[in-house]
Amino acid sequence: MSKKVLVIGEAREGSLRNVTFEAIAAANIVSDGGEVVGVLCGDGDLSEMGQEMVYYGASRVITVSNPDLKTYTSDGYGQAVYQVIQDESPEGIIMGHTAIGKDLTPKLASKLESGLISDATEVIAEGGDVVFTRPIYSGKAFEKKMVTEGLVFATIRPNNIPALTRDDSLAGSISEKEVEISNIRTIIKDVLRKSSDGVDLSEAKVIIAGGRGVKSAEGFEPLEKLAEVLGGTVGASRGACDAGYCDYSLQIGQTGKVVTPDLYIACGISGAIQHLAGMSNSKVIVAINKDPEANIFNVADYGIVGDLFDVVPKLIEEIKEMKVNA
Amino acid sequence: MNIYVLLKRTFDTEEKISVSNGVIADDGAEYIINPYDEYAVEEAINLRDEHGGEVTVVTIGEEEAEKQLRTALAMGADKAVLINTEDDLEEGDQFTTVKILEAFFEDKDVDIILGGNVAIDEASGQVGPRLAERLDMPCVTTITDIKIDGTTVNIERDVEGDVEKVETTLPVLVTCQQGLNEPRYPSLPGIMKAKKKPLDELEIDDLDLDEDDVEPKTKTTEIFLPPEKEAGKVLEGEVDDQVKELVSLLKTEAKVL
Ligand SMILES: Cc1cc2nc3c(=O)[nH]c(=O)nc-3n(C[C@H](O)[C@H](O)[C@H](O)COP(=O)(O)OP(=O)(O)OC[C@H]3O[C@@H](n4cnc5c(N)ncnc54)[C@H](O)[C@@H]3O)c2cc1C
Ligand SMILES: Cc1cc2nc3c(=O)[nH]c(=O)nc-3n(C[C@H](O)[C@H](O)[C@H](O)COP(=O)(O)OP(=O)(O)OC[C@H]3O[C@@H](n4cnc5c(N)ncnc54)[C@H](O)[C@@H]3O)c2cc1C
Repeated sequence: MSKKVLVIGEAREGSLRNVTFEAIAAANIVSDGGEVVGVLCGDGDLSEMGQEMVYYGASRVITVSNPDLKTYTSDGYGQAVYQVIQDESPEGIIMGHTAIGKDLTPKLASKLESGLISDATEVIAEGGDVVFTRPIYSGKAFEKKMVTEGLVFATIRPNNIPALTRDDSLAGSISEKEVEISNIRTIIKDVLRKSSDGVDLSEAKVIIAGGRGVKSAEGFEPLEKLAEVLGGTVGASRGACDAGYCDYSLQIGQTGKVVTPDLYIACGISGAIQHLAGMSNSKVIVAINKDPEANIFNVADYGIVGDLFDVVPKLIEEIKEMKVNA
Repeated sequence: MNIYVLLKRTFDTEEKISVSNGVIADDGAEYIINPYDEYAVEEAINLRDEHGGEVTVVTIGEEEAEKQLRTALAMGADKAVLINTEDDLEEGDQFTTVKILEAFFEDKDVDIILGGNVAIDEASGQVGPRLAERLDMPCVTTITDIKIDGTTVNIERDVEGDVEKVETTLPVLVTCQQGLNEPRYPSLPGIMKAKKKPLDELEIDDLDLDEDDVEPKTKTTEIFLPPEKEAGKVLEGEVDDQVKELVSLLKTEAKVL
C-alpha cells in the first residue's frame, strides 16, 4: 500500500546533513510508490535546501521559516512540525537519528500517540509491512521491528542507508508554510562550539581514532596527518577526551557519536564496550595497539600489534607511495 | 523539592549476549541500574541535599527490579516505587512505558524528573522526551550540568560535543548524560538504612489502567546476533612489512583505499 511519508530535514552550518538524503531514500522504501514530502524548518530562505531534497528524491518540499526556528528548540520545532503533520496527515515520518532527531521525534510520537522506531540501520518492505532493523545491547544484537498500527515513524542511523543518486533533472514544488509558535519554554543562552571543523564525524567515510595510547594532544598529530592522506577525519575514545588530549566533540561511542565509516582505524584504543557501541558497525576496522590482548582486536578486520608512534608514520609514507604509484 | 528519578534495570554492560527461542537469554545474567540512570540518582540526591525535599525513584519492571531500587535507596534516595507489570502485561514498548508513567505522575506534585538519556539495552532514548510531552513539561535532554535557583533552572547540555546553555523553569524533565557527575557507591550504613526505606509496589490496576490502554504500537519480529565476524588478521613480521601488507590488504581485499 503506497503511503505519504514526511522526511524532516536537518541542516548544519547552512547546508543539509547527508542523513537527510538517506532519510529520503528510507522514506522512499516506506512510501512504496507514494509521496515523499520533505519538511525543512529554519529562519530565512530555505528554498535552495528544499531544492536539494527534491534532487535527492523528495516529491515536494514544505519549508517553514520563522525567527523562532533560527536555532533548534524542542518546543519551537515541535510546534512547527506538528502543524505540518496536521496539514498533511502523513502515514509515515522519517528523520535522522541525530541530536535533534533524538530530541524531537519522541516528543512528536508522544503527542501523536504513535509508535516510534529509533536508530534504524536498515529498512525493508516485506509484503505490505515495513520492517526496520536496529542495534540493541550496545550493538551486541539486532532486532527487527515494525509498527503494529498507525503511523510508520522512525529515525535512521547516519551512514547506513545509502542515499539515492542526486539527479538535478528532478522537479518538485517547494512551498512555504506559515506557523504559529508560542511559549518556547527552553531558552538557549549560548552555544559553545567545540567541533573544530566542518567534518561531521557521524557522516565521515574514513575515521582515524585515537585513545589514551596517543598520550598527549601532540600525539594526535600523526593521526591527523594520516586522516589527511586518506581524506578522512579524526575521532577519539572517551579515554583520550577525559585525559584532555582532544575535545569531547570527537568522542565516539555510546555517550559520543555513533559512526559507521567505510574505514575505521583505532590507534591506542583498548576497545571498551561503550566505545564499540559507537563504531563496531564500521565496514572495515583496523586496530593498532601495543597490547596483543586488547579487546579492540576482537572486532578488528586487520590488526597491527605495535607502537602507534612507529606504525602510523610508516603507514602515512606507505599510503603516499601507493598514491604516487597509482 | 519533589524530585523523581526514572530508573531502568538493565543487563550488565559487560554481559555476553546470546539469543535463545527468539529472545535475549537472561539466565544467569547480571543486572545493574542503567548507567545513565545512576547519574540521575546521583544528581537527584545532590539537588535534594542542596534544596531540601525528597527523592523518589520509580521503575516499571518485574519483581527483581527491587534490587536496583534498593541500590538507589542505599545511594541516598528516600523512597522507591516499583510498578510491577509481571502479572498483567505480556508485551510493551516505549508507548506502553510512558503511558504507565504518565498515569503514575498524574496526581503527583512534581518539581523535577530526572531520567537517563538512553537505556543501554533497548536504547531508543524515547522515554524521557515522550513523558515530558504527556506531562506538558519542558524537557532538556543529555544534560551535563544543572543549577536551580528558585524556579529558574540553568542547564548545560551536550549536543554532539558542543555545549548548549539552556535556561528553563520548574517543573522540568531532564535526561542525564555522562559527565554530569560521578555516581557514589552505596555505603554500608546506606545499605542498612535502605532496607527500612519505603518501597511501594503498584500494579497497572492501581493506576486505573488496563491492558488495552497500554497496548504497544510497535512489535519486535526477530532478534538476532550480528553475523559472526571472521577472526581479524593480526599481521606479523617486521613493522615495515606489516604496514606494507596492511596497505595492500586495504586496497585489494577490503577495497577501501
Ligand atoms: C556510562 C559510560 C559511558 C561511556 N561512554 C563511552 C563512549 O561513548 N566512548 C568511549 O570511548 N568510552 C566510553 N566509556 C569509557 C570506556 O569504558 C573506556 O574507559 C574508554 O573507552 C577507554 O578509552 P581508551 O581505550 O582510549 O583507554 P584505555 O582503555 O586506557 O586504552 C588505551 C590503549 O592504548 C594502548 N596503547 C598505549 N600506548 C600505546 C602505544 N604507544 N601504541 C599503541 N597502543 C598503545 C594500550 O595497550 C591500551 O589498549 C564510557 C563509560 C561509561 C561507564
Ligand atoms: C509491560 C512491558 C513489557 C515489555 N516487554 C518487552 C519485551 O518483551 N522486550 C523488550 O525488549 N522490551 C520490553 N519492554 C520494554 C520496552 O520495550 C522498552 O525497553 C522501554 O519502554 C524503555 O525503552 P528503552 O529501553 O528504549 O529506554 P530509553 O527510552 O532509552 O530510556 C531512557 C530513560 O527512560 C527511563 N526508563 C526507561 N525504561 C524505564 C522503565 N521501565 N522504568 C522506569 N524508567 C524507565 C530511564 O531513565 C532511562 O534511562 C516492555 C515494557 C513494558 C512496560
